[in-house]
Amino acid sequence: MSNGLYTQLLDLACGAFLLAAVIVLWQRELAAIVRVFGLQGIALAAIAVLLGAHEERWDLVAVGIGIGVLRAGVLPYLIRRALAALTAAEPAEAPRRITGRQRAHSEEVRETQPLINITASLLTAALLTLLAYAAARPLTELNPTPATRALPVGLAVVLIGFFVLVTRRRALAQVVGFLLLDNGITATAFLATSGVPLIVELGVSFDVLLAVLVLQILTTRMREAFGTTDIDDLRELHD
Amino acid sequence: MSAVGYAAVVGQIVVVGAGAPLLTGWMRQVRARLEGRAGAGVLQPWRDARKLLRKEPITPVGTGPAFRVAPALLVATTVVTAGLVPLLSTDTPVSTHADLIVVVALIALGTLALALAGLDSGTAFGGMGASREMTVAALVEPTILLSVFALSIPSGTTNLPAIVDGAVDEPARLASPAGLLATAALAVAVLAETGRIPVDNPSTHLELTMIHEAMVLEYAGPDLALVELGSQMRLTLLLGLLSSLFVPWGIATDVSWAALAVALVLFAAKVAVLGAVLAAAEVFCAKVRLFRVPELLAGSFLLALLAVTASYFLSGAS
Repeated sequence: MSNGLYTQLLDLACGAFLLAAVIVLWQRELAAIVRVFGLQGIALAAIAVLLGAHEERWDLVAVGIGIGVLRAGVLPYLIRRALAALTAAEPAEAPRRITGRQRAHSEEVRETQPLINITASLLTAALLTLLAYAAARPLTELNPTPATRALPVGLAVVLIGFFVLVTRRRALAQVVGFLLLDNGITATAFLATSGVPLIVELGVSFDVLLAVLVLQILTTRMREAFGTTDIDDLRELHD
Repeated sequence: MSAVGYAAVVGQIVVVGAGAPLLTGWMRQVRARLEGRAGAGVLQPWRDARKLLRKEPITPVGTGPAFRVAPALLVATTVVTAGLVPLLSTDTPVSTHADLIVVVALIALGTLALALAGLDSGTAFGGMGASREMTVAALVEPTILLSVFALSIPSGTTNLPAIVDGAVDEPARLASPAGLLATAALAVAVLAETGRIPVDNPSTHLELTMIHEAMVLEYAGPDLALVELGSQMRLTLLLGLLSSLFVPWGIATDVSWAALAVALVLFAAKVAVLGAVLAAAEVFCAKVRLFRVPELLAGSFLLALLAVTASYFLSGAS
């Protein structure tokens, strides 16, 4: 692969990676958020595969494909299943009071009222991106290659993921925020050091998978106990 | 040399001035056909203008100079911008003055003149429309500036003809993430600036939703014809700018009559295609609620900012 083409493709993958994080911030429908998150997983896998192909390290390519399967396939599938469980549990519970239930249903699959409204979140994301670029500047200057130049993209996704995590109310939106954060960390690791050792990567991946499984169960339990997945309702202690 | 150059400038102004009503008529025709109507024909905006120009000029009681000057100022700024922006040729006698900031300021001046006229009329709708238009403009102008900055970084200048020249030489600049993001951001900004459907409905007269129409509600006769012509010219101009920046092929980069003729045909074709796409998209889209408009515009601003940062950092300019 020629150098110019490699740089172009890497830039394109990084651009798509960052854009997906921004769209997650922009969207309200949880189903759409999960779909975009899956696309981000593909972009992340593309970054890893490109780096591996460029440096002719085939283990990196294999790790990239594994990451793609996990983050674009398995994790979105798990979240979608939790989402389906939330919506399917509705009608059986209380057939009466249809209207109130329907409203609750639409609120359950949508992030209707984030703590910070969407316009302000988007502008904050702009600031966070600039912050990431400013913070990564000294790192980039150490060894300016196409991969390290894209390093701020990973940091920006970490910050945006953290922002989603603290400003969203729905449990599943927060799970996606957590996964964005993890995607950002993985991307940073790839771009800065061409990937961590295989065993660490495997450990992290399983960790994330287990975390999502646990959070999925937790979400369903929350829904059973409180009737909603709004995290703000968890302020008071219950016995 | 200069004869062709001046011809290019005059040609741009004439094409934008005479073609703008035709473009609007064409877009309405496309829309009508897609909705299953026969449509009024491509020439209808020109017939409307002729009808309005024959009426006697009337201004409401109590309006001042701002109201009377605004239509002329709107058309004048648009004509000057049409002469400056590289629509047909990048090598004109005025191309050294075609700076991005000048162009955006001229466009903003036209918007401001109309908003002042809306306030001057003293009606509730005029003031409401003006305040809404300014809200949108405050978000749109930085987006236009930023999205073109993303393209100006590889060229190293904010001179529009130079940016277009550079893009013709190196098409790879446009296929980069920065170029794609900037395209998306500028497209949304153009839609908002010209009052097309996701932001404003050009054919509505429903008081709760209109933005642009609310400001010009008090105009009648020749003044209304000028206001209509001005907004049609702005649409043509901005669509032309979008096509020049992102699909620059065919623009005359040297001085020859043949290149100019090719550029003229291609410009008409590009703008017609863009207009048809826009009209077709409008059939399938609903207008965004007014309170969601800032969200859309903040999103496009963010895209533009990402384009600038991507262009600056990823391409290794630093």
